[in-house]
Amino acid sequence: MIDQPAGQRGARSVRPFSLPPSHAWLGILPFALFALAFMILPAGSLLLGSFQDPQGSFTLANIAHLTRPDILKCYLVSIEVSAVTALASGLFGLLLAYSVTLGGLPKGLRSGLLTFSGVASNFAGVPLAFAFIATMGRVGMVTVVLKTVFGINLYNHGFSLYSFWGLCLTYLYFQLPLMVLIITPSLDGMKKEWREASESLGASKTQYWLHIGLPILAPPLLSSMILLFGNAFGAYATAYALTGGLLNLVPILIGAQIQGDVLHDPNLGYALAFGMVIVMTICILAYTALQKHASRWLK
Amino acid sequence: MRARRGWAWMWMFLGSLYFFIPLLGTFLFSLHGKRGVLSFAAYHRVFADPHFLETFTFSLQMAILTIIVGLTLLIPTVIWIHLRAPWAKPIVETCSLLPFVIPPIVLVFGLIRMYSSPPFQIVSSRGLLVAGYVVLSFPYIYRSVDAGLRAIDLRGLTEAAQSLGAGWGTIMFRVVLPNMRVSLLSAAFLTFSIVIGELTLAVMLAWPAFGPYMAHVGRDLAYEPAAIAILSFLLTWGLIGLMQLASRSIGGQSSTLGGTH
Repeated sequence: MIDQPAGQRGARSVRPFSLPPSHAWLGILPFALFALAFMILPAGSLLLGSFQDPQGSFTLANIAHLTRPDILKCYLVSIEVSAVTALASGLFGLLLAYSVTLGGLPKGLRSGLLTFSGVASNFAGVPLAFAFIATMGRVGMVTVVLKTVFGINLYNHGFSLYSFWGLCLTYLYFQLPLMVLIITPSLDGMKKEWREASESLGASKTQYWLHIGLPILAPPLLSSMILLFGNAFGAYATAYALTGGLLNLVPILIGAQIQGDVLHDPNLGYALAFGMVIVMTICILAYTALQKHASRWLK
Repeated sequence: MRARRGWAWMWMFLGSLYFFIPLLGTFLFSLHGKRGVLSFAAYHRVFADPHFLETFTFSLQMAILTIIVGLTLLIPTVIWIHLRAPWAKPIVETCSLLPFVIPPIVLVFGLIRMYSSPPFQIVSSRGLLVAGYVVLSFPYIYRSVDAGLRAIDLRGLTEAAQSLGAGWGTIMFRVVLPNMRVSLLSAAFLTFSIVIGELTLAVMLAWPAFGPYMAHVGRDLAYEPAAIAILSFLLTWGLIGLMQLASRSIGGQSSTLGGTH
């Protein structure tokens, strides 16, 4: 590599950061206006509303009201559902992806699993709720088979599809395939040479995973689970169709607020929505930060 | 090695059980539409309901409008970024990914608050629904278009076409767009699959769309919802299948990550 003259190097590094050509911004104007009108300003108006009282003057009362026990409970249930499904599908999805990448299963199974995951991660909302009602509901096929053939009545043992664990079981159906889709590339990036090198240096299987495998996989694993958390946290349609409004999740409460003033205070509703955006923003920021870290090893 | 494969088979088996039991259960359940015998009666009743066709057609129209508006908005923008305004890439990219941060229920809340009073009283117009859907599909359209453009030598192609005397119309419609048809197709399919059964925006803006219709059927009936779930699964399967078929026969990348839940 020949050393470039200083002037040329300077010109090179300046160009990408030079001021935008005078009219180039016109090209992104339509998109910017659309995004502003139908996404940023509406979301911003909620933000504004969460700091206003019904008369329109500034207040912090709505934000303070977010700590009301009933609302806190809502956030707690939402966070629990998201965390449980993110954790469960994170681990199970990792094992599934592992078994078709490094686990040595036939190639056909891999493409089969990935195709199915593509379909299943898109199969959500109302039809997904229907499928689980038909399967695990009070008269669903599995419930009935368990009762008549095995004599186990799930609903006598504290299980209900329309409660916390039922919702988790249903969410898993779109969370798990999503996990398989996002973690498979990371597992593909695990080089065989690392394992061979560690084995030839006398490391045991446990040592390999403890000191090499897991540290490399941890960032992508964690970032995927954060994405799953956000995915479940914002979900409305599935919960709405499954539980109606029985289980108080944040999206359900916001939905009820839109359709009628259940909180007796619209501005509290705005604060509720604002809180949701905050949680999602934290998720996405953590996700991007971890992704940067992850891409160091896994290309 | 053998032990590892044994574990792999076991996880695969458990996964398949979880994936297939609900499908099988739903299918069997949907066959019970007529008392005492297995039949497709529930499916017949679904198709015989005039609301089924009405709401499906409505959502179909919304999906097509969303695809048209979304692509018309994003294709020129992303091409412009690649050719003339690379400095704007972070701005547009962030905007396109914002719908991940703003869940549909929050988005529609904001739209209603902003557009239900003068000066912009458009809450009951179809335009607002389509606009909301376009926002929901931003991430998927942006990613597809961006990936499609990155896969081709956009600058080289446009410069070559220009030096041969092509105008901008020719460059767009005969050079650039045909070269990225797989990405455009995948963007269209993903958008379609999001809009066709979408519930949140349609319910809150009170439109007779397919999503609210399904939810309504689910409240009143037992076997028809199962039939709808199977039909909807087949539709999703068909869309993803078409997408993969397109990318395999034409070549190129397509992403199947998507969906609003």
